[in-house]
Amino acid sequence: MSTDTSPGPAPATAPAPPSSKPVVQPGDRIFAGFATGAGILILVVLAGVAAFLVTEAAPAFVAPAEEIPGGGGIVAYIWPLVFGTLLAAVLALLIATPLAVCVALFITHFAPRRISQPLGYVVDLLAAVPSIVYGLWGVAVLAPASVGLMTWLQDYLGWIPLFAGPVSATGRTMLVVGVTLAVMILPIITAVSREVFLQTPKLHEEAALALGATRWEMIKMAVLPFGRSGIISGAMLGLGRALGETMAVAIILSVSGAVTVNLISSGNPSTIAANIALQFPESTGIEVNTLIASGLVLFLITLAVNSVARFVINRRREFSGAN
Amino acid sequence: MSIDTDKRDAERTAAVRPTEDKIARQGRLPRWSTPGALAAAAVVVGGLLAATGAFSVGLFVFLTVVLFAVGLYALSRVVEGARKATDRVVTIVVTSAFLLALIPLISVIWTVLSNGIARFDVEFFNSSMRGIVGEGGGAYHAIAGTLVITALAAAMSIPIGLLTAVYLVEYGAGSRLARAITFFVDVMTGIPSIVAGLFAYALFALFAGPGVRLGFAGAVALSVLMIPVVVRATEEMLKIVPNELREAAFALGVPKWRTILKVVIPTSVAGIASGITLAIARVIGETAPLLIAVGITTGLNFNPFDGRQATLPVFAYYSYAAPGVPRDPYIDRAWTAALVLIVIVMVLNLAARLIARLFAPKTR
Repeated sequence: MSTDTSPGPAPATAPAPPSSKPVVQPGDRIFAGFATGAGILILVVLAGVAAFLVTEAAPAFVAPAEEIPGGGGIVAYIWPLVFGTLLAAVLALLIATPLAVCVALFITHFAPRRISQPLGYVVDLLAAVPSIVYGLWGVAVLAPASVGLMTWLQDYLGWIPLFAGPVSATGRTMLVVGVTLAVMILPIITAVSREVFLQTPKLHEEAALALGATRWEMIKMAVLPFGRSGIISGAMLGLGRALGETMAVAIILSVSGAVTVNLISSGNPSTIAANIALQFPESTGIEVNTLIASGLVLFLITLAVNSVARFVINRRREFSGAN
Repeated sequence: MSIDTDKRDAERTAAVRPTEDKIARQGRLPRWSTPGALAAAAVVVGGLLAATGAFSVGLFVFLTVVLFAVGLYALSRVVEGARKATDRVVTIVVTSAFLLALIPLISVIWTVLSNGIARFDVEFFNSSMRGIVGEGGGAYHAIAGTLVITALAAAMSIPIGLLTAVYLVEYGAGSRLARAITFFVDVMTGIPSIVAGLFAYALFALFAGPGVRLGFAGAVALSVLMIPVVVRATEEMLKIVPNELREAAFALGVPKWRTILKVVIPTSVAGIASGITLAIARVIGETAPLLIAVGITTGLNFNPFDGRQATLPVFAYYSYAAPGVPRDPYIDRAWTAALVLIVIVMVLNLAARLIARLFAPKTR
């Protein structure tokens, strides 16, 4: 090795055969060790999350039914919460997805090019607002403002079970929670959709336009088919966020524990996350274990939803023609 | 899919058949027709609502947009043909969807500003809630707690996140461990914040017994939420460092670890710093994990290893959800806390953008 580094013309002696092993300095080994260790630490932490949750939740699963709050056992306790969680999240998703796709289309294909990037920042700001602020806004502004609309829904669409009423006078209903959650997940779906819309091959778009397509026909033929999986995965990520959203629901929703699809009355099922936030500070003993068990269920639900989203994203990455 | 192609076929045959008077309809609406139609719709709806006496801003805007869309569609269909008319309606729908999405943002900021400005005074920033029952008092203790816990969370998350990203990009690329880490980082991104709080509580309850509330537990919960964000941001930035730079360093005989520290990371430091700032902005507003793991207190506590600490989001929540008597001073403080929180988050977001722009590597 030392002969190789000497300056000047090549020495007459034959160069040493290149060693099969690269030189590894101690610094290299230490640094690589730290980097690998950090990666492994993340796996350990995640295993820890699962393990500690299971450990702390276990007493609730084996306890006799009458010790669980409500007296009906763990399944009877968690089932209405799961229902409420899914109802609120799906409602938010149904409101947010079409809106988010439109917003993403506006930013990528309709807005003047010069302002489209600042507009993207503005939508990202929606994601930056803390959830507690959305909660306060929802209960102080959105809930009272929506009572009129909910009364109208009950009067004219009351035959649909969703709008059966009676309308909550304070407006702290599942519908308002759904709208608030929709506002919170809108920027997530928009961001993902925007990314894939921007990746649409320019040649496809220009080909469509050159054949005489209007802007909407171009979007329908080139952009939307290309971005479909992006929209789906963005919606799934948004669903994952909506499922786990805590404070906005805890503040806004007035809870009765009833399992009902009635969106505009004052008796609503709570959600898992909101129930934990409301009950945890005053809980002791088996109540804490029950809440942690419900948290474990929430973890599993979001895990499933996010895994599906990631699966769709990754599958698309392999088959897309973008690269 | 087949229906789609059928429809397209039908359109195509319709397009080549000149019997339809499509060619006769190649006229264009003048440029002022869009604002003109909007103004006309506004006048008609405004007049109708004023006549019936049921005027409200929301109803006015909604009906105006509907009438505008329908009117322009009809006009365009007569003059320009069905395809252009559809295009115009879609433009209206997409644009109004964007404006609709802006309403909550503006409303949130306006509400928080107008409600929070009342107590946005010196006392709010230099006094705690110890011994306060009515008016006065502040959130000094909560601001201090938020800063301490967030700083602690950042101090734990940034090294771990950075090193993991370095491993993923520089060392482990493609290995089974790297793929496992990537997958589980994705899983961590989706952990609901309240579950992170439960994890921290469960962890510390094992050591310190049930009912434990600790600032450090809150920091652990926040770093569970923060690490994946830091990893993702750093990984993206390290990936876009051109390979030529690394190869040039290797060719000069620089060991790999020095290449990473002196070439790769400095090249991408702007993006990394901006990503870390956004990660901090994300966790500083988290309420649920701190509610579970840290609790609330009225006095000042700088020590995260000694009992409960107040934090800004939890302070806002309790001021609103469990106010004392009289109620109004508590509600005012909640709004001001929300205002301070929004200001902090917005400043961090702005800082992230500035860092990314100012310290971006010179490409020429």
